[in-house]
Amino acid sequence: MVRLPNQVNPSSAAYQENYAHHHALATEFRERQRIARFERPLRDMQRLARQSKLFVRDRLAALLDPGTPFLELSSLAGNDAYGGEAPCAGQVSGIGIVAGHEVIIHADDASVKGGAWYPLSVKKIVRTLDIAIENRLPVVHLCDSAGGFLPLQAELFPDRMHAGRIFRNQSILSRMGVPQVAIVLGHCTAGGAYIPALSDYNVIVAGTGAIFLGGPPLVKAATGEDVGVEELGGAAMHSSVSGTADYAAASELHALALARDIVGSWPKPGKTALDRTEPEPPDYDVDELYGILPKDPRVQFDMRDVVARLVDGSRFHEYQPDYGTTMLCGFARLWGWRIGILANNGVLFNDSALKGAHFIQLCDKQRIPLLFLQNITGFMVGKDYERRGITKDGAKMIMAVAGASVPKFTVVVNASFGAGTYGMAGRAFDSRLMFAWPNSQVGVMGAEQAANVLTDIKVKQMTRDGRALGAAALEAIRSPILADYRRQSSAYHATSELWDDGMLDPVDTRNAIAIGLSAALNAPIEESRFGVFRL
Amino acid sequence: MAFDEIVSLMFRKILIANRGEIACRVIATARRMGIATVAIYSDADAQARHVSLADEAWPIGPAPARQSYLVIERVLNAARRSGAEAIHPGYGFLSENADFAEACAAAKIVFIGPPASSIRAMGSKAAAKALMEASGVPLVPGYHGDNQSLATLTQAAAEIGYPVLIKASAGGGGKGMRIVEQAADLPALLEGAQREARASFGDDRVLIEKYLTRPRHIEIQVFGDSHGNMVHLFERDCSIQRRHQKVLEEAPAPGMDPERRREMGEAACAAARAVGYVGAGTVEFIAEGDGFYFMEMNTRLQVEHPVTEMITGQDLVEWQFRVAAGESLPCDQDALRITGHAIEARVYAEDPARDFLPSIGALVHLRQPADAPDVRVDTGVREGDQITQFYDPMIAKLIVHGADRAAAVRRLAAALRDYEVVGVQTNLSLLRGVAAHSEFAGGLIDTGFIGRHPEILQPADAGAQAQNCVLVATSLTVLARQHAANLKAAPASDPDSPWNADDCWRLNSDGYQDIVLRAGGDETKLRVHPVGNLYRIDLAGASLHASLTGDDAATWLSLDGVRHRLCVVPHGDAFTVIIDGRNHTVSAVDRLAPPRTETAGDDRLTAPIPARVTRVLVKVGDVVRKGAALLVLEAMKMELTLYAPINGTIATVRHRVDDMVQEGAELITFETEAAEPDGTARIKEKS
Repeated sequence: MVRLPNQVNPSSAAYQENYAHHHALATEFRERQRIARFERPLRDMQRLARQSKLFVRDRLAALLDPGTPFLELSSLAGNDAYGGEAPCAGQVSGIGIVAGHEVIIHADDASVKGGAWYPLSVKKIVRTLDIAIENRLPVVHLCDSAGGFLPLQAELFPDRMHAGRIFRNQSILSRMGVPQVAIVLGHCTAGGAYIPALSDYNVIVAGTGAIFLGGPPLVKAATGEDVGVEELGGAAMHSSVSGTADYAAASELHALALARDIVGSWPKPGKTALDRTEPEPPDYDVDELYGILPKDPRVQFDMRDVVARLVDGSRFHEYQPDYGTTMLCGFARLWGWRIGILANNGVLFNDSALKGAHFIQLCDKQRIPLLFLQNITGFMVGKDYERRGITKDGAKMIMAVAGASVPKFTVVVNASFGAGTYGMAGRAFDSRLMFAWPNSQVGVMGAEQAANVLTDIKVKQMTRDGRALGAAALEAIRSPILADYRRQSSAYHATSELWDDGMLDPVDTRNAIAIGLSAALNAPIEESRFGVFRL
Repeated sequence: MAFDEIVSLMFRKILIANRGEIACRVIATARRMGIATVAIYSDADAQARHVSLADEAWPIGPAPARQSYLVIERVLNAARRSGAEAIHPGYGFLSENADFAEACAAAKIVFIGPPASSIRAMGSKAAAKALMEASGVPLVPGYHGDNQSLATLTQAAAEIGYPVLIKASAGGGGKGMRIVEQAADLPALLEGAQREARASFGDDRVLIEKYLTRPRHIEIQVFGDSHGNMVHLFERDCSIQRRHQKVLEEAPAPGMDPERRREMGEAACAAARAVGYVGAGTVEFIAEGDGFYFMEMNTRLQVEHPVTEMITGQDLVEWQFRVAAGESLPCDQDALRITGHAIEARVYAEDPARDFLPSIGALVHLRQPADAPDVRVDTGVREGDQITQFYDPMIAKLIVHGADRAAAVRRLAAALRDYEVVGVQTNLSLLRGVAAHSEFAGGLIDTGFIGRHPEILQPADAGAQAQNCVLVATSLTVLARQHAANLKAAPASDPDSPWNADDCWRLNSDGYQDIVLRAGGDETKLRVHPVGNLYRIDLAGASLHASLTGDDAATWLSLDGVRHRLCVVPHGDAFTVIIDGRNHTVSAVDRLAPPRTETAGDDRLTAPIPARVTRVLVKVGDVVRKGAALLVLEAMKMELTLYAPINGTIATVRHRVDDMVQEGAELITFETEAAEPDGTARIKEKS
């Protein structure tokens, strides 16, 4: 592997303009995320204090091994929904270290509508448990939810991937032998009651924790029975009478200490062994990523400059350097692990698609995890390309991506448009983790292009009706379409909808992928059944 | 008889019937002179420094001195079996025991000390004073009679005039000593003095003396040989005392003029001659104004002998060996000169703020000033050793020398700054307080010095800068230890795991960790953000940039670019930060630690120190008022009465007389009366 050459000139005007633009984007993103994570209305925090409850962030700080990293996922989930009422979708999800064990944490945030589950909350929990299943990560549940958000129950209760999936996933985890512990820090009512019930271990906090299928008001309404919370489902009852809870804790901190003890007692299954050396940081300053990304998303840039700021020693072994050059393929090490990188240096032509499919198979055969760096506007269109079979070549790449059993990671660096998104391990292709940079866009096509198409359709309808349109009228039609499309294809909207596992400040990409890799190696890698087809 | 012929030859092998620093100090001279050394040790001292320094070491029994170091037969057995020709008794223990001196002679082993008759003559203070009076040595007005009836003692006290001092006739070292301000107090104080005298010396006789109000303690080192020579090696001023125990000793005495020195020296030699003295002895005088009065003679090498060695350039232990081997004194009076000034500070494991209660525990951390021609540290302990309840809690003697007194005081202050002790409370801040005091610097000393300056018992508040250093250094130490613990528990023991970073990494935001430290009763939160090689620390509204680096020699805290030299010693759950020679103990609050159940509260009485129960004054069911005496403990030959912390009823009494109790042991529990909000009192079950 050779150290990639430096192609960046930080004193150039273009670099500085890019840097200012992207640094500002990152700053804005971090601020929005800080607000979502930490800022809550005073009255909600006061209510928690009255209830002797800790803010979910303080619970996490106490739960995690002090000083250790924490990879929080989807912390801007729900940012573009429910009028901004549900920061982080009322959930904290992330991979961290508890008592020396790599675990994934799902925590209700009772400072957001009493921890009520919105549809995106459910989506986030289900995704958290999917990550647990895919990576065989033990789970710590911090349960403190008022239950499903009733006005939107139709969007969170009935469907295949709705709330029932949480309990299904918990059961699957148990079947796989992946342990879970639930800490009951508030009321776990109705469906919520199954989270502690389906966990291998659970701890309930005396006084604030309760578990019941129906709370006292519902019981009263249903049967006329008058019963208090403690008697119906309090810590003492469940830990000494029903056996629904394993341990009664005197306080939240006591419960967290017990949970840490429990996690510490779990076995540590070995990890899948992969080619590994001692990690080293990139040779180039990662901060330069801000200046490498063009301010105008339509301007092409060389992905080698991005790779050089992510991988160990900025070293890269490029595969087929002279073939299908819009598809950059090659090997590198990230935090010591050998990985295969696929990155877009332009539109996917036939040869680039075939090269990508071939490289994916090669890595899969050699058990090398894959990192996809997306800046993809799509497969090439046109008569020549269709005649050369661009559709079937694209299908090969999609087939290879879907079939690869090595861990895959996807980062949307800039554009993620069209069928190219699929070939580059888009959301539907089960990357272990998928992230997006703040400037990135996701959509069936680019915003300008889409706005033009939509405007054209509208204009054609109007022209059929015999109306002629001036430039101003055209702009009046196009402008709102463009604005709406831009919003929907923005990284903020994508992450709000959990189309990814979170946004990344570019400088944090390396650490996020490293932790993802470490987590992924808890699961075995299936053997690929075919040899490597030279396509 | 062959024995008589060989005494003039230097010994080939000696036994040191002692422990601690004095055993080490005797071994040092013996080694220098090519004499083989035999140590003895109790069970508690098997790993002690004196054992490791000696050429051989013999066990002599269990930890309590009464069953080991004080058992004459065991000491002699060890000497016989090891082939030691002589025994150096050190100070304390058997050093002034005439029976022991005689037993040595009977066993044909040389006792390195005076003849038994000299010891006896000086052993009873009352008889000694009568003898001194007859020999023309000036005495403090007092009563030294054998009639010990209360009536006689009361009358004697009245004749002398209050205030008077009661002392144990057989005693020394302040044991069994009481000051009586007025006649009404006499019976109670007398009883205490007699009890202590009985406990310490097996002899409850006392004497009564005039109590001087601003007295100085000045003593003369004398030395005699078996050929009739007698010299004095000038005076030592031991006026800086607490509870009648010497704290700082110096030579020469400030303000001593040559004429008075000569007078006192001659008086001391006369006193020694009066009892046919041979070897090293000290004649103690109490001095006020121009007067000096004989107090007692210590028939042994004194704790504070090094200051004399420093100003005379002589090795008194070597002198002892030579005299005991039958040689003449190494020099005569005219050859002895005073060079410069020397001061000794006794570093004790004790708590000046708690009435000098001995502080028991491990010396978790011990750094002493480096030995140099003008700085000497005599110690019997090393880092990691225990200060036990069985023996004197002295850690070391620090002796400094200077061209004049001012230079010696400066050197003392500097050396005390270099002293670092963690694990036990020490009197270091008291010593520093004295060394820094302007009255001390001016030589205005008397035995009431410490009592007159109680502020030096309490260390002054550290400045804000030092407080910040303490908190920041502790927090960074907590982080480093935590990182080590995390690595130990790291997933799959992968040394290269991305999880092994200790930078509190958080996705897309600044990682930080809150560390809560408790110092005294105050809790302080520090928010620590790793920033490259530094840490940014939010503390009390300010933001500081810090790093902690160090090697074996020193630890450096950089705080906003300013480097501070300090030392952080973790022990148990706590950290002691030593900065500018002061200990600051801080603990990290572990929010997840299980709630403590065994705390001493108002509803129970716990032992403040490992001790023996000597009296139990209450029984279960007794109703006691706050302040009532409940129990008497004895530790390090000191009595300690424990009082009821509240009104209540005795629920349990856990121990009986003669039980040994550890520090923190529950002794007595109460059912307390608690006032209810409605104003009625009820008995609350609390134990």
